[in-house]
Amino acid sequence: MTLDELEQIANEVQAAKEKSPRALNVCVAAGCLSLHSDAIKSALEKEVQRTGVNCRVAGTGCMGLCSLGPLVNREPDGQLLKNVAEADAAEIVEKLESVPPERLLCSREQPFFQRQTAVVLENSGRINPEKIEEYIAAEGYQALVRALTEMAPAQIVQEVSKSGLRGRGGAGYPTGLKWGTVAKTIGTTKYVICNADEGDPGAFMDRSVLESDPHRVLEGMIVAGYAVGASQGYIYVRAEYPLAIKRLQAAIRDARRLGFLGSQICNAKFSFDIEIRIGGGAFVCGEETALIASIEGRRGTPRPRPPFPAQSGLWQMPTLINNVESFANIPTILRRGGEWYASLGTKKSKGTKVFALCGKVRNVGLIEVPMGTPLRQIIFEIGGGIPDGHRFKAVQTGGPSGGCIPEQSLDLPVDYESLKEVGSIMGSGGMIVMDDSACMVNVARYFMEFCMSESCGKCIPCRAGTAQMFELLTRMTSGTATPQDLELLEDLCDMVSSTSLCGLGQSAPNPVLSTLRYFREEYTEHIVDKHCRAGVCECNHLAEVSA
Amino acid sequence: MNPAPAVKTLAIDGIDVSASSDQTILDAARENGISIPTLCHLDGLTEVGACRMCLVELKGSTRLQPACVTLVEEGMEVTTRTPRLEKYRRMVLELLFAERNHVCSVCVANNMCELQDQAKAHGVTHVRFPYRSPELPVDVSHERFALDHNRCILCTRCVRVCNEIEGAHTWDLLGRGVNSLLISDLHQPWGESDTCTSCGKCVQVCPTGALFDKSKVGGKVRKNPDFLSYLNEMREGLR
Amino acid sequence: MSKPTLATVWLDGCSGCHMSILDMDERLVELSEQFDLVYSPLVDYKEFPAHVDIALIEGSVSSDEDDRKIRLVRAHTRVLVSLGDCAVTGNVPAMRNPIPVPELLDSVYKGNGLLQEQVPTHCLPTLLPRVRPVHEVVNVDVFVPGCPPSADTIFTIISELLAGRVPDVAALSRFGA
Repeated sequence: MTLDELEQIANEVQAAKEKSPRALNVCVAAGCLSLHSDAIKSALEKEVQRTGVNCRVAGTGCMGLCSLGPLVNREPDGQLLKNVAEADAAEIVEKLESVPPERLLCSREQPFFQRQTAVVLENSGRINPEKIEEYIAAEGYQALVRALTEMAPAQIVQEVSKSGLRGRGGAGYPTGLKWGTVAKTIGTTKYVICNADEGDPGAFMDRSVLESDPHRVLEGMIVAGYAVGASQGYIYVRAEYPLAIKRLQAAIRDARRLGFLGSQICNAKFSFDIEIRIGGGAFVCGEETALIASIEGRRGTPRPRPPFPAQSGLWQMPTLINNVESFANIPTILRRGGEWYASLGTKKSKGTKVFALCGKVRNVGLIEVPMGTPLRQIIFEIGGGIPDGHRFKAVQTGGPSGGCIPEQSLDLPVDYESLKEVGSIMGSGGMIVMDDSACMVNVARYFMEFCMSESCGKCIPCRAGTAQMFELLTRMTSGTATPQDLELLEDLCDMVSSTSLCGLGQSAPNPVLSTLRYFREEYTEHIVDKHCRAGVCECNHLAEVSA
Repeated sequence: MNPAPAVKTLAIDGIDVSASSDQTILDAARENGISIPTLCHLDGLTEVGACRMCLVELKGSTRLQPACVTLVEEGMEVTTRTPRLEKYRRMVLELLFAERNHVCSVCVANNMCELQDQAKAHGVTHVRFPYRSPELPVDVSHERFALDHNRCILCTRCVRVCNEIEGAHTWDLLGRGVNSLLISDLHQPWGESDTCTSCGKCVQVCPTGALFDKSKVGGKVRKNPDFLSYLNEMREGLR
Repeated sequence: MSKPTLATVWLDGCSGCHMSILDMDERLVELSEQFDLVYSPLVDYKEFPAHVDIALIEGSVSSDEDDRKIRLVRAHTRVLVSLGDCAVTGNVPAMRNPIPVPELLDSVYKGNGLLQEQVPTHCLPTLLPRVRPVHEVVNVDVFVPGCPPSADTIFTIISELLAGRVPDVAALSRFGA
């Protein structure tokens, strides 16, 4: 494959579009699909066939505003249709040439769309994820061909370093540095692993990228393989994402067909292939050493680091392991240059970040904003604020390893350092908005239950400590806790975070610590007054009985 | 070829010691008569770094490191006993006692149990955490040995000795978190295991009364895991 | 000045800890000159006094009666000592904890070829859903594990407490000892 051949494919796609400029693109990513957008797609296809109009009907990836789904994007005018039902098919097709029905119109002028900057999601909702040609028409695989034909591996590492990209799995380790380490480590074989074991409650960023634009991830991985000298890649994806798996399988097949995977890719002295490994449903397998153990066919438990996977990873070989979103950034970084990417974001956190905005917020969906965007803008402008007359209470970022951020910190720019400072973490990008109907003790209990049931059980602090913390929190929500229980809980938070073997245990106390930091009075109310101000805990009932 | 290990000098609890670069902090400490508490570690088995009893402080690092897997480095300054470390060690022990039903007074290993020894050594006279009191089975199906899950601390010494030394891999773990359970083969009764050779190594390495010899109940017989280093030396031709 | 007062209390335990107290033998004579034994299963007082300096508690909190009693003892005691594994850990009485109380009573009082199958309730304390160590119910000042703690241990503990010192229990005894 050469750049000219890529251009030819792109031209063919373009020509086909020009021949038939009208199109209805139905979102068939997880959110809309769960509202049966596949049935809407077939209804539209039938209607087009019945009326004989010249219009393509295609499935695309996520368009972002999931709460108004199912969404349909109309070409060539780019009108977005919301809350589409099968019954609307006839009217939509009938009005193809004119203004769509008012009730279905979804303005692209609203802040939800206007305030976003798409890099990772640039093709999401615009191309058919099951057609490699459409990805190529959107400049896909150009970065790979250029990298293989014009750049030395070290140059690629340099470009990634220049971009300032940091690991999007949550910890924020500089990606370029990691690539450089793996590239410099000597090993007979090296591996590239894509961590797609997204498991945080409320997080669906990686899922959406895989379902909407799988080739972007493959391209990032192949480039990485060339840059670090690896010949085999693995995508570790959780079994709960069957659609993502299906699209990845199709994408890998297509990439092999066009010679982006296999031996002597683009006639370079570089061979690389990718296999999918399906996770068995353990959250801890998102931890890199546990993930590697799982790929090796062993029980998915973490091991002490060092050695880090960059030195000794899969089958004791140097292994590069990055998250889906990190790889998805690579094609654009190479195409537009590391400097361009570094111009987005803040001093220490470059580029953009995808967030899964959910909870008590009007616009639930997938968004991408430059690093440094204030939380207030994300929640109140892009998110449209809190519905049903409720008041904002806190936003939870970073999943079970993260924390709850209160109203007084809403002007915080979203970047790795600022979030850490207020007791949360960037995490992989889950963002759960909570209003005054949420009890913070109960929220902490919910996350502790998650950590307890997802603890692998290898190290004692995490295995038994999370179970004890859950028991203590349960006493609080059920109104049987004493002030000593709070002391014990704080002792355990300190001990579990300081002594656990892996990140899961080390960060498990975070939801408790952050809610204690900002909402301590709610804990006291539960323990002393047996009162839950949000009215969700059992302890209120107890207080009534004894009164 | 790996280069020959170099000699490193470091300080453990203020005492200057030398060690070869392939030694862990635990090796170096024990060689020099400095004791660091352990539970999952056993000489002769691979390390898992799971019990966290051997965590030590390293100067210049905020993270505590497990002495059993951390290799010595030049100029390292290790502290093995601080109020903070001792507090965490006591909590590890308390968590273990509260996790399952360790009723020392009626245990076959009473007075011969490493968990009990550690509790005494660390001044654990009571457990502040609520006892979880889970319902757990006892497997007495094997003709010579028995497994009482109530006393298991999931240190995986038995799993490792069975896999690494005996080569049978009869034991492994089922489930995760507090629901983890030691199982033989594919969760069959021990007595029906096709792989178990009845060698009894697992019984000897078990630090508590979880695995025991039925014929020795009430006999007050200490377990003897020391055969491991002997076997390893034999294997390496040192004996 | 009057002598310090001592009480011993028997909750859910086998009385082994009290046997161990008696095992101090002739030392008891010497020791008893230093305190007044104001309440104990070993003596005849029926009411727990208003003020007790040291109370040694044997046994776990297993019934509503135990619960009531230990709260009363705590309210009138300066130094409360959990004596022995039942008080400290729940020990053997707590082995019933994984089993729901109704199931437990049924398995004891019904079936097995018993002539009169009935769960006794009249004039008997009600079992709590879970057996708990003393410190889960009230504050405990000194913990003395052991099943039972040896006479030597108990002698040292009482002597130290009478001398106004906090004994180093860990050096003396341990769980199951």
